[in-house]
Amino acid sequence: MVERRPWLGFVSHATLIVGILFICLPLWITFVASTHDEARMFKAPAPLWIGGHLFENYSQVLVKGLGEGANAPPVWPMLVNSLIMAVVIAVGKIAVSILSAFAIVYFRFPFRTGFFWMIFITLMLPVEVRIFPTFKVVADLDMLNSYGGLTVPLIASATATFLFRQFFLTVPEELAEAARIDGAGPMRFFRDILLPLSRTNIAALFVIQFIYGWNQYLWPLIVGTEEKYYTVVMGIARMVNAVDTSPQWNLVMATAMLALIPPVIVVLVMQRLFVKGLVESEK
Amino acid sequence: MIKRATFGNRGLPYALLLPQVVITLVFFFWPAGQALVQSVLIEDAFGLKTSFAGLANFERVFADESYLKSLRTTAIFTAASCLLSMSVALLLAVMADRIIRGAGAYKTLLIWPYAVAPALAGVLWGFMFNPTIGVVAYVLQAFGINWNYHVDGDQALFLVTLAAAWKQVSYNFIFFLAGLAAIPRSVIEAAAIDGAGPAKRFWTIVFPLLSPTTFFLLVLNIVHLFFDSFGIVHALTSGGPGGATEILVFKVWSDGSRGTDLGGSAAQSVVLMAIVIALTVAQFRYIERRVHY
Repeated sequence: MVERRPWLGFVSHATLIVGILFICLPLWITFVASTHDEARMFKAPAPLWIGGHLFENYSQVLVKGLGEGANAPPVWPMLVNSLIMAVVIAVGKIAVSILSAFAIVYFRFPFRTGFFWMIFITLMLPVEVRIFPTFKVVADLDMLNSYGGLTVPLIASATATFLFRQFFLTVPEELAEAARIDGAGPMRFFRDILLPLSRTNIAALFVIQFIYGWNQYLWPLIVGTEEKYYTVVMGIARMVNAVDTSPQWNLVMATAMLALIPPVIVVLVMQRLFVKGLVESEK
Repeated sequence: MIKRATFGNRGLPYALLLPQVVITLVFFFWPAGQALVQSVLIEDAFGLKTSFAGLANFERVFADESYLKSLRTTAIFTAASCLLSMSVALLLAVMADRIIRGAGAYKTLLIWPYAVAPALAGVLWGFMFNPTIGVVAYVLQAFGINWNYHVDGDQALFLVTLAAAWKQVSYNFIFFLAGLAAIPRSVIEAAAIDGAGPAKRFWTIVFPLLSPTTFFLLVLNIVHLFFDSFGIVHALTSGGPGGATEILVFKVWSDGSRGTDLGGSAAQSVVLMAIVIALTVAQFRYIERRVHY
């Protein structure tokens, strides 16, 4: 702070509190709705204070789902699928891109720049843009309704490759020289020196990519059409459509809470890493 | 750029690149290429014969009234969401940057929506504004507003815009905070000693020095809103009512899933790709420029 202005300090706090109310209101309403019974959901407006049905709502959606005919299976297996998808995508992206960044920075070989540009050009082209051609490719490869089909097409990541490349360029030259003089081969250098040095970057990227994988929506919607492969984020949209006939908002909102809690917890617990990962990987 | 000390090994670098290159070729270049090829072909009514059509598909797309409407919707949606989320985020970031006590708690409470999936953001906001039971809808109706976003197109677009902006605030807030932290304190202190008040300091020093961050965020917000908003629209309105919230990325999907006009939807995909590539180039030129000064 440059100077002391108590009045301005008050305004700052007040603005932030109003901002937080705006940001947190949807979460509160959702949570509150998930703690009431179905009868309460017929009475407008939706409740503003916590009810007494938290446990039974959550256990019902986790184990039983919405009930017969609602096209809404139990949430428990969907959460497992989301977790598999998020972890495989995050780990896969990191592994694939750290290796290619290593190749691009530490080796001199024909078409090096060509490969770099080939990866870089994919930087901003999200899967939504080329959704049907990509879907067709996955269908031709017989990968529909499989964990491979859900994850592998999303694993190529220019952002992660770019981030590791930038980081490797800041690693002192002397380390590679010393390793070479001591007779270490490239993979030994990679494993014993580069990998430990990249720990923070790997963790930061993991947070970002975990959220990316968990929040995938359109891709699982068209690739995982069998109930076995539903993820929780796309499952909830099916639920909302089903709810038009029977408004079990309390259960839908319980599912929404279950779908958003894991990534939100990851962000809150690893806040520092998350901010670092976000700021550095997008710059 | 490359290291001075490199490793000499013929096969290894290719082996290291292999997984990334295979995935990129199979799931990126192949489908993108197919979209390109398809966009210049035309199928006869029975899908038996395809022939080269030049730019006819593109002409058809741009002559289509619903596509032009979708372009307009996308422009309004993107501009409004961008403006709303960036100005709210900037305001909050400037305030959070000022205070010392409780700053950590404020930040934590402001950044979590980043982790919420767009589709879930749609569900959350849809529930608050649900015309029969929603809390906010109830308040609006008490004020005599005939709120029903299932029927009123403008209201639906407003709601989608609001939900998307809400989702973007935390993202912009993080980057604005980082940008503010990078402004040297000495500059601001010097201005304060010269008698410039907080408002004057903000508009003459802080805001101009933030402009690289602002520009960078502008481009990224457009990209996010263009594509990530699919989930919001799909979960909240499914493009309706009457196509009022049908943004481009949603239209590509809904036209494509009907599957009647392969050439047309491929042309739509290609247009979207061109937009992203243009944005990427803009972004890249900005990065280049920043490196130089």
